[in-house]
Amino acid sequence: MPGVEVVGLRRDIGGVRAVDDASWSAARGEVTTVLGPNGAGKTTTIECLEGLQPVSAGSVRVLGTDPWRASADHRARVGVMLQDGGLPVTTTPQRLLRHLASLYAVPADLAELTARLDLGRVANRSIRRLSGGERQRVALAAALVGRPEVAFLDEPTAGLDPHARLEVWDLVRECARDAAVVVTTHSFEEAERIADTVVIMARGRVVARGTLDEVRAGGSLEDRYFALTSGSRS
Amino acid sequence: MSTAPPPARSAGSPGGPPAAAQPLQRWLAQTRFETATILRHGEQLLVALVLPALALVVLARTDVPDLGPGDRVDLATAGVFALAVVSTAFTGQAIATGFDRRHGVLRLLGATPLGRGGLLLGKLGAVGIVLVVQLLVLGAVAALLGWRPPLSGLLPGAVTVVLGAAAFLSLAMVLAGTVRAEAVLALANLAWVLLLGLGILVPTDRLPGAAAAVARVLPSGALGDGMRAALVAGDWPLGPWLVLMAWAVVGGLAAARWFRWSD
Repeated sequence: MPGVEVVGLRRDIGGVRAVDDASWSAARGEVTTVLGPNGAGKTTTIECLEGLQPVSAGSVRVLGTDPWRASADHRARVGVMLQDGGLPVTTTPQRLLRHLASLYAVPADLAELTARLDLGRVANRSIRRLSGGERQRVALAAALVGRPEVAFLDEPTAGLDPHARLEVWDLVRECARDAAVVVTTHSFEEAERIADTVVIMARGRVVARGTLDEVRAGGSLEDRYFALTSGSRS
Repeated sequence: MSTAPPPARSAGSPGGPPAAAQPLQRWLAQTRFETATILRHGEQLLVALVLPALALVVLARTDVPDLGPGDRVDLATAGVFALAVVSTAFTGQAIATGFDRRHGVLRLLGATPLGRGGLLLGKLGAVGIVLVVQLLVLGAVAALLGWRPPLSGLLPGAVTVVLGAAAFLSLAMVLAGTVRAEAVLALANLAWVLLLGLGILVPTDRLPGAAAAVARVLPSGALGDGMRAALVAGDWPLGPWLVLMAWAVVGGLAAARWFRWSD
């Protein structure tokens, strides 16, 4: 059973077809990166997989379960890092992460997680006062605090400096030893560094999927991406 | 030679598949988190405690506006309790939820084991605890000013607080879930000011004709008149309770229908 399975997914929002007949899967023990221009349907697909949106047609399965209105125990097995962070700005990273940890039966070791993400220095600072990169790391910690079996990470290294990016990539690879990790990104470097499998979307459709080497087809990922998505930006 | 199979790891055990904490633990955690968030927030404390306390002192120590027959400190206290309910259940929750929705907090927590149901239950719990704190503090201030409520009015007063909080919280969710965060901020504060004069602090029978008729069927008039009937006269205000229940049902249905979890 794959960690994530998308079969013929269609999602219409207010008369607009955001995702059209998309099919792909993500296996446990692998990092799957989803690439595509803005408006390609990446976030909509991921939100269907996170149980935040219903599907219009087709099906999505996460750990064999339909995520829409799934149980608390299912949500405990899935970690989510949203594109906009989803962090309450009036609290501190420490308070937030402790609170999130209390929602799980056996959460991750918070001290170790915050140390890995270099959050100790800002643990008691208001999230409102954190830099973009610091907020990214708090959001990533929030996604990993439940030791997920499937993690959806939306642009996990956007705004990070090179050192922090390397640390996050290590952490993502480490997480993928036991979990299916799905990373949406605009960074070819990120995809080439961490991906086992690549999905490219354009205009709501999947235009390429396979292992990194299959999708690159002997060229660079960047060249393949532009060849497959050229003219797809409206 | 045979070997025993390794013991099965159950969900939620160390090394086993992840599992959610127990439902009660999740809801209590969210209630604690939301309560602390409200009590640490200076602006919310201003609206929830400082302004109602000021209103109480001013109303009790002056003779305008006309609050009708009865001991003035009793009338002022009942009105200020109603104001406290509106501040926390409506203004505070509408603004906090509106901005949480803007920042994606509702989506993030909805995807955790807490879920959307736990999020709402946590808000209910937090509003309840903050209301108790408010009523204790404001009640102590009122007692210093000479407030001596009839004991027979405490139970109907508590029922009125609960129904008022339900009505105003459901309306807060309608506002927070349907318009932009900045508009929630403006409208919630505007409503707080307008409702002060529409039955919260001043009894509806002291308002001019048309305004009195409108205020009686508004949740503000029902809450204010209900609190005064209970805490000044010791009555069971069935009419205002019906009005508050109707608003709670209408607000709840509207929120269920139109609340959008993302901005």
